[in-house]
Amino acid sequence: MKYTFYPGCSQEGTALEYLHSTLAVLEALGVELEELEDWTCCGASVAAVMSDLLGAVMPARNLALAEQIADGRDLLTVCSACYTNFCRTVEAAADPKRLQTINQALEVEGLTYHGTIRPRHLMDVLANDIELEAIKEKVQRPLEGLTVAPYYGCQTVRPFSPFDDDQRPTSMIALLEALGATVHRHAREASCCGTSLVMTKQKVGLSMAGAVLEAALPADCIAVVCPMCHVNLDSYQDKVSGALGKPVRIPVLFLPQLMGLAFGLPEEKLGLRRLVTPARPVLEKIHNAHHATRDT
Amino acid sequence: MADVLDLTTLDRSLAQQVTPGRWEEMLSCIQCGTCSASCPAAHAMDVSPRRMWRMVNLGLVDEIMHSKTMWLCSLCYQCQVRCPRGIPLTETITRLKEMAMERGLVRSRASAAFYRSFAYVMRHYGRMREMEFMMRFILSSNPLGALGYIKLGPILFLRGKVKLELPTFGKGRLDRLFERVAELEGRK
Repeated sequence: MKYTFYPGCSQEGTALEYLHSTLAVLEALGVELEELEDWTCCGASVAAVMSDLLGAVMPARNLALAEQIADGRDLLTVCSACYTNFCRTVEAAADPKRLQTINQALEVEGLTYHGTIRPRHLMDVLANDIELEAIKEKVQRPLEGLTVAPYYGCQTVRPFSPFDDDQRPTSMIALLEALGATVHRHAREASCCGTSLVMTKQKVGLSMAGAVLEAALPADCIAVVCPMCHVNLDSYQDKVSGALGKPVRIPVLFLPQLMGLAFGLPEEKLGLRRLVTPARPVLEKIHNAHHATRDT
Repeated sequence: MADVLDLTTLDRSLAQQVTPGRWEEMLSCIQCGTCSASCPAAHAMDVSPRRMWRMVNLGLVDEIMHSKTMWLCSLCYQCQVRCPRGIPLTETITRLKEMAMERGLVRSRASAAFYRSFAYVMRHYGRMREMEFMMRFILSSNPLGALGYIKLGPILFLRGKVKLELPTFGKGRLDRLFERVAELEGRK
């Protein structure tokens, strides 16, 4: 199993641990990745606001690069915003006139986009390309006794949802159970984390992040598959607590970090110390569960 | 807003402009309010999404530009996927934002600073540089806003979440591409 890999900007900065844990887990599962050389920003939520064409050209630049080395491979991305931008551009390229304009722009980069690459989200690959049995086989330290609240966010499943329901996604359930965890289902699994509103309209953004955190609180931790969601849910818990007038504290882990823990991968490879809300309670719970099993 | 609207002479150009290729679908809006009920930020908007679509179809561009509604959209796409008429609502909001940016009519200083700072970093380096983006955003929106990061800033730094990188000047990595796009869109 091999993919062309587009890391995305956040995975070089705030979400470096998402990159590292993804690479470690996919390697353990025997998945091969070839990183796209010379990739640039997908345009995030910004390029399309600056200009409609720029919003298609920024992702298209990367899709065109991926086509050059495709060899039938899909383009894997771990960020839901990158994923949505790539899917938007694939859709736009179906219109020959639009594709022509995109290529007139890409000319200055010496690139041509044909609309042949299929973007894939990490969530999709983990749930649908990799056999659940293969994941179960890798589990060395089952997450027994750990309750996990799945959180998909918006753009993982909306507006493009070829692999899951856009209102009530289920991709993570079997996976988390395969890791030995108990799944806490809640009403905000595909609600919005507040995205950049946390910066531009903080009160509104925090109320959105707060609603997700509150819904997940009965669990021991939250599992996420998007760096934007992660920043908002992990880093802003103090501010959310202030806004809600009560303490809201729950570790937020990237799904591959949880997988890595269950696979028994070295903790430094998973970047758990980088989380703003410490993962200690999660580690202690797993540790205690193992000691309890050993003692009985 | 005019007291009486003459429905026979309505200006459809706004709908055509912000819902390109699919403006007739926009005109099919039945004002059911599913969008407003689905929007996680509707409670904070001065004009509800449902009302704004009506304004688009009536061509009330000044009223829309004056409202803060579009700047509260977080692109969650909930209104778009739930719309019973299949109107690409979230995409339409992005076009409204583009129109406001182009006309210099952004009714939210923070949002304007956000988009401009991000676009600058993206164009200059080709990839995001979070630290420089944050600095630019804070300085151009509300320098006192930095106080809000007094506690979180050092934590992000200690955890290695943000790193110090010296800014570079001169030619940007994607200057040519951005210029070409502007040329093709007839903005230059």
